[in-house]
This record gives sequence, C-alpha cells and structure tokens, in this order.
Amino acid sequence: MRNRTFAALAFLVAIAVIAASRFVSNDYFFSAAYTVLQFIILATAWNILGGYTGYVNFGSAAFFAVGAYTTVFLYKAAQPPLPVMIAAGTVVAGLLGLMVGYLTLRMRGVFFAIATLALAVVLYTFVLNWDYVGGARGAYILQPRLVPFGLPRYVHLLYAAMVLMAVLALVVARAIETSFIGRGLAAIRDDEVAAECAGVPTLRLKLFSATVSGALMGMAGTTFPYYLSYVEPSAAFNLSYAVNSIAMPLIGGMTSWLGPLIGAVLLGSVQQVVQVTVSSAWNLLIVGVLLVAFVTLAPNGIMGWIDAWRHRRRRGP
Amino acid sequence: MEFPTALVLNAIVAGLLLGGFYAAVSVGISISFGMLDVVNIAHPAFIILGSYVAYSFNDRMGVDPIVVSIVLSPLFFAFGLLLYRIYYQCFEKRGQESLRGLAFFFGILFITEVVLVLVFGVDYRLVGTAYSSTTLHLGAVDFPLRLAVPFVVAVTMVVCVQLYLSRTFFGRAVLAVAQDQLALRLMGVNPIRVKEFAFALSIATAGVAGALLIVIQPVQPAIGREYIGLVFAVCVLGGMGSIWGTLLGALILGLAESFTSTFFGPSWAPAVSFGILLAALAFKPSGLLGR
Repeated sequence: MRNRTFAALAFLVAIAVIAASRFVSNDYFFSAAYTVLQFIILATAWNILGGYTGYVNFGSAAFFAVGAYTTVFLYKAAQPPLPVMIAAGTVVAGLLGLMVGYLTLRMRGVFFAIATLALAVVLYTFVLNWDYVGGARGAYILQPRLVPFGLPRYVHLLYAAMVLMAVLALVVARAIETSFIGRGLAAIRDDEVAAECAGVPTLRLKLFSATVSGALMGMAGTTFPYYLSYVEPSAAFNLSYAVNSIAMPLIGGMTSWLGPLIGAVLLGSVQQVVQVTVSSAWNLLIVGVLLVAFVTLAPNGIMGWIDAWRHRRRRGP
Repeated sequence: MEFPTALVLNAIVAGLLLGGFYAAVSVGISISFGMLDVVNIAHPAFIILGSYVAYSFNDRMGVDPIVVSIVLSPLFFAFGLLLYRIYYQCFEKRGQESLRGLAFFFGILFITEVVLVLVFGVDYRLVGTAYSSTTLHLGAVDFPLRLAVPFVVAVTMVVCVQLYLSRTFFGRAVLAVAQDQLALRLMGVNPIRVKEFAFALSIATAGVAGALLIVIQPVQPAIGREYIGLVFAVCVLGGMGSIWGTLLGALILGLAESFTSTFFGPSWAPAVSFGILLAALAFKPSGLLGR
C-alpha cells in the first residue's frame, strides 16, 4: 500500500473512531483510551530510534515531560489555544531529540543508553528547581470551561486530539520504515561502520531519526497537563514511561510499525484492567515481568511469532 | 565577605566520606560493566535490595546492618551466579546482549523495585545502630560516625577487591577475561566460569553497599534510580575496569556533590553526578585512569 493511501485510510479510521465514541457514555472509557493512545504514540516514537536505528533511549520520560512542561510554561505565560501548545511541545522536544542525536556521534550502544538516562535526571532536577513552572510543588492547569465542537466534556476533546496524534505517529513511522530512510536506518542498526563505508549518510539519518522520535514523544506529553489538571515533576518524569515505551515495542516486535501498536494496545489494556481490578503497583510489576519474559523467551516479540507462522505456511507442511 | 573556612573544610570532609561510600556502590559496576562488558543497569536495585535485607534483620533482631550484609553476602553471590547464568544463556550466547540484554536488566531493575514496594511499601525505612547519632569533632570539622563507619567499611572493601583481583590466581583470571576472552579460551580456561564468578562478586558488593546506604540515609524503593547515573559516572570517570580509578572517581564525585549541596542546596546534587557523567562520556570516554 502506498504511503498516501495508508495515511488517508488511517485518518479516515481515526475520524470514524472519534465519531463512534460519541455514542459511549462511560467517562472511564475516555480516560482509559487516553492512556492507551498515549502509550501508542510513545512506543511508536521510541521504536523509530530504538527499533529502526538500534539506539536504545532510556530517557523517553524526559521527552514526554518536555512536551508536558512546554504546555505548562505556555499556560502560565500566555494561555494560547491547544493546537499551539501541541505544536510548541513537539518542536521543543524535537530540538532536544536533535541534541540527543548529536550524542550518537561519540557514543554507541550502552553509552548512549546511559547518557539518555542521565539526561532525564538532569532535566528532572532543572524542572524541580524551576519555580516558574511550579518546581517540586507542581502546577495546576485548569481545563477551559467552553468545549469546542459541541463536545460534552473536555476529556472528549483530549481523546480526539490523542487519536489524531496516534494516527499521525503511526503514519510517520510507516512512511519512514518503507522509504529509503528506513533502509538506511536498518543499515545503521545492523552495522554502522559498514553502512558508513557503503555511503549511507549515517549522521544525517541518525539526527533525523532522533529528532522525529523525540518530537513525537514530546507531542504525547503536550496534552498531559490538561488531562490531569495537575502536573508535578515526578509524575511527568515517571520512569514507567521509559519502561513502557521500551517494553511495548519489544513485546510487539521492533522491525515494523505494527509491533509497537500491538504491544501498546495489548500492554496498555492489560495495565488498565489490572489497575482497576488489583492495584497500580501490580500493573507495573506485570510490565516488568512481561518485558523480561519476552526478551528472554521471544526476542522478536509477537510480530516475530506472526512472521514465523507466515513463513511456515508459505513453505507448506 | 570572609572566607568560610569551617564550611569549606566540612564540605571537603563530608565529600570525601561520601565519596568512599560511592566507591563501594560503584565497585560492582566497575567489575561487571568495566571488566565483563555486562551492562548491569539493575545494580542500584540490588543495592536497595541489600538495604532492605539489612533493614529486616536490624528491625527484627537488632543486629548491626553492616554485619548482616557481610554475613549474608554469600547469598547475594549465589544470586549473582544465577543471574549471570540466565543472562549468558539468553543473550550473550545468542549475541543479543546489546539491545535486549539492556532491556532485560532494565526489566529486572523495575521488577526489584516494584516487589520492594509491594512488600515494604513506599515509606522511608531507617535503621538504628550504636553509632548512628554520634559525631566526633576535630576542631571545627565534624566527623559524623553515620558517614565515617560506612566510609571505612567501603574503602576496606574496595581495597580488598583490588588486592583480590591483582594478587590471587582467580582474580588475575578475571582481569585476563577483561583483556582478551579468546586468549583465555586458548589457554584452556573457561571464560564463562570466570565471568560468572566475577559477576557474582559484583552482586555481593552490592549487598554490602546496600547496608552502608541504609546506615547513611533512610531508604525507599525508588531511590535506586538516583544511583544509576552515579555508578556509571564513577565507572566512566575513573576509567573502565580500573578499581583505583573507581575509588578516585568516587571521591571526586563525592566532593562535587558535597560542594553543590553546601553552596547551592541539596536539590541540585543529583544533577551533578549526571552532569559529570554526560561531560565524561562526551569529552573523555576513556576516563582518568583508563586502560
């Protein structure tokens, strides 16, 4: 399927999903769906740098929080409309991604992973000490009383925005994957030196993939302050975002855009169910256990199973 | 303004005492990451586990946490053996250690933390020892025993590890594995057994370091994360796989943190270790005493 056809179809699906949810009256549905959609964006974004390019980013929470705190900053400064905040958070997180991309110049493999983790803590400390955006006390964000488009509640608008953003992330990921950029990134992942020797513009590709990945993660965070009405640093920089955005692609499969989607929907829904029926500590435990189980037992994730099954069927019994 | 001599002296002493403790925290990473190339990102979680083990015994029986940790270190050693077995079978043997091995340890880190939360809750726990509240004074300089005792134990442990590695036959085998695994295999030694042993040793040091941590400050399951950057910063700053470098790097970091919290406030302290780590990674990846 060509990318344009895919994009058109995907946005049609998004509009259908948004329209269909008008018939849902249960408010819990929207908050659960919001969380799952947020994870779809994070997992897809992580996969662009982690899965396609092979650079493990432990700092997803930092990008997410940069998006969230850009919104907080703009809210305190000027209160622009929501689309402006989303765009601003995306751009700022993209710039951070570009910076992280330059880190790959000197650091490969493990060192890069640790550096991203270090970056998250440094940024966390800065936000913790930055009084304008609330510092350690956190900041309150009031949802506007008037909801546009005749939607009954503000969370419905956030949900619709999240559906559109998730579809955008998937379209971008698929476009990268199927283009020459995706092949270049795969070459970097498999053997960076060989790729460089073969004439792949490795630095430009890495910068591009780090920027896009960071920007999308930041985008996922931009609506977060409105969703909770209250942000504090330890919520926005929560390590569970980093773990989830790594676990979901690994569980789903990292070589295609479908993997993170499957992983995020599966793991996100399981977490919602467990959170409601058992407790939130247990749902984090489940993420950890599933992550460890999948990397040890099924290193290629669910997509790996599907590929193996297809392969067997093609060959015949 | 008058130069604050007492303040600076106290900051130096506190920094050095803290640095000794940091050496105990990072010596395990220096072995596993620096020598064996096993990126045990879960090391800080095992340190917190050590804290809670020491806490449980101290709480129930009133035993000194450091004594508990030394007596129980074979248990941590055995756990390390098991963990490396799994890691080797699942990742190193298949050549997938870079991405999936990292994710594996990240998952282990998370599981350890959540299990501790489920068992002990998120409250801060602390221990009472005979020396917790005593402070020695030397002129204007304070030596709180709460910091000084862990410092002595930590430096002793680090020196013992270094002597063990450089003086004994098995210790030298570990250093050999760090240099050239293939050559070791050609000499008729099984490098996997050596690595298994060395990794177990690194986990055993985490158990002891955990007891030191809970003597120094109250412990809560999530504080392990703050030490992830610290241990890698010390390891990279000192030079990969150099134990003396680890000690030096730890002392530098202790001083830097102590000065930051004295002059800028304690909430800035975590940024220091990570900032130093970023700088070390970007500008001098081979470290101060690197190979």
